Amino acid sequence: MTGTRNEPTTDGSGGTVPSMLEVSDLEHTYTGQQEHTAIGGVTFDVRAGQLTCIVGPSGCGKSTLLRCLASLIRPSGGEVRMHGEPVRGVPEDLAVVFQDYGRSLFPWMSVRGNVEFPLRSGNVPKERRRERVRQTLEWVGLSGAERKYPWQLSGGMQQRVAIARALACRPALLLMDEPFASVDAQTRFELEDLLLRVRAEQDTTILLVTHDIDESVYLGDRVLVLSETPATVVADLPVDLGNERDQIGTRESETFVHLRGEIARMLRGGGGHERPGGTGTTARDTGSETESTSEDERADAEPESLQVEQGSPAREAAE
Amino acid sequence: MRNAVRALIGVAVFLVLCEIVGRSGLAPQRYLPPPSIVLTELAELLGERDFLLDVVATVLAWLIALGICALVAVPAGLLLGSVPLLRTATTSLIEFLRPVPSVALIPLVVVVSAGSPSGKIFLACYAAVWPLLFNTIYSTGQLDEQLLESARAFRISRVQRILRIKLPHVVPFVFTGLRLAASTALIVLISVEMLNPGSGGIGSFIYVAGSGAGRMDQVLAGTLLAGVLGYLVNAGMSGAQRKWITWAPSGGTT
Ligand SMILES: Nc1ncnc2c1ncn2[C@@H]1O[C@H](COP(=O)(O)OP(=O)(O)OP(=O)(O)O)[C@@H](O)[C@H]1O
Ligand SMILES: [Mg+2]
Repeated sequence: MTGTRNEPTTDGSGGTVPSMLEVSDLEHTYTGQQEHTAIGGVTFDVRAGQLTCIVGPSGCGKSTLLRCLASLIRPSGGEVRMHGEPVRGVPEDLAVVFQDYGRSLFPWMSVRGNVEFPLRSGNVPKERRRERVRQTLEWVGLSGAERKYPWQLSGGMQQRVAIARALACRPALLLMDEPFASVDAQTRFELEDLLLRVRAEQDTTILLVTHDIDESVYLGDRVLVLSETPATVVADLPVDLGNERDQIGTRESETFVHLRGEIARMLRGGGGHERPGGTGTTARDTGSETESTSEDERADAEPESLQVEQGSPAREAAE
Repeated sequence: MRNAVRALIGVAVFLVLCEIVGRSGLAPQRYLPPPSIVLTELAELLGERDFLLDVVATVLAWLIALGICALVAVPAGLLLGSVPLLRTATTSLIEFLRPVPSVALIPLVVVVSAGSPSGKIFLACYAAVWPLLFNTIYSTGQLDEQLLESARAFRISRVQRILRIKLPHVVPFVFTGLRLAASTALIVLISVEMLNPGSGGIGSFIYVAGSGAGRMDQVLAGTLLAGVLGYLVNAGMSGAQRKWITWAPSGGTT
């Protein structure tokens, strides 16, 4: 780990907080027989400690965007800066959870081996490695599965291993590509809350791609809405729900219901012919004034009455 | 367990049939001795120093040949599988060399190696290296891009990616390739030994026993032993594969 971790952020304190990530005019065109421009000029900043959710129509370029941010592919235009420095090569304190979680686990390594894998090259001493693996697997509720191999796990369990592998690095910047797509609703809620706790304790900056509008509002400090491919930023909506979120209470709140409606409308609009803002829309100039929420909108937003277990995982965590 | 019993029953029935045919006089016993005589002969031979030296010579040559095959084919396969440029550059050479029957090279190699075991080891390698090489190249190419990308995301260097990602990925395929290589190598070794009796080994023993004294019981005893060795090595490697490669269903043997 580098010593460049940023100071803890207090929500809404604005100006003094350093930028973790600055993305300017990022473009990417896949070359080959089928040329395709997946990202068409994306600009946004991410403050340290912020949790940014990214939503957009399927195939618009969300995974491509994350790959560019992680330097896994070289963008064809624009710039990505992390800690103020232009990014060359995969940054030290970054971890990625891939969308294809099943294909991203090493089949010849046990669950423990997979989670420990990134730590081995990070020169973490063996004792601490073991302890971290144990702790992180406990967070995601996989304590009993340490010695199993990926083919012996269900899809949801594999996904949690992939999440644990990224969390075990204790990254400063965590990129997650639809990380909760294939777990059941209950586990999903638990993992969402786990993510919020980890963020609070480790002060991790998180970019999370999701196709679930509710999830984006529930988790995010802000939501970036992308247009159809080539992806541009349609809107950058702050989520004023405070730091304490509750699976039932938060989802019933007026702000929540209003925001999810707004995003849904944008996605429907952005998915059509007209592309609001067009290419080159920057996130910096899009604001969002909240309008009053109509009654019927609130009615159909009734969350399922699920029992959310307040698991303890991240409590005993911080190192 | 049940399968083992079935297999043994099959062998026993076969031996009894052979015994009946041998004893019935359908074929002269001198040419086709019944299993009881062959087995007795084999037991006696296994007590003879000269015969044991022949067996050791063949087995040693075999193991050395397989070791060389693995040392050549696995790194070469990983490299050719990872670097498309190298692969296209070598394809035509490989496609030319591979179909050359190694038995056709025997006279050449016998002259060059002048009776030392290096000649037969070379020929065994030449014949056996291909399945191993192709298995390694092919399986390296089959490695999921997403796995390599994950490794890159964790800042694993290029060399480390070969050692820690590609190598473990190809191991089950290498095992399968080695099993194919083992039987090919044994066939070639014994053929070379028969055509070049001075080099020793089970093949020479069979040749001498058959051509001079016409001892068909000894010929069959030697043949039987070669078959048993081949079987044991194959079974041993399958077992090892199942035991060690715990991360793939049934050790990736299928
Ligand atoms: N390797 C590639 N070569 C060419 N085109 C590609 C490649 N990868 C993706 N694309 C194209 O780029 C576009 C964006 O792909 P991307 O995977 O980033 O979408 P996404 O937003 O993550 O979609 P989803 O929500 O379905 O995961 C798609 O239209 C896709 O066809
Ligand atoms: Mg995607």
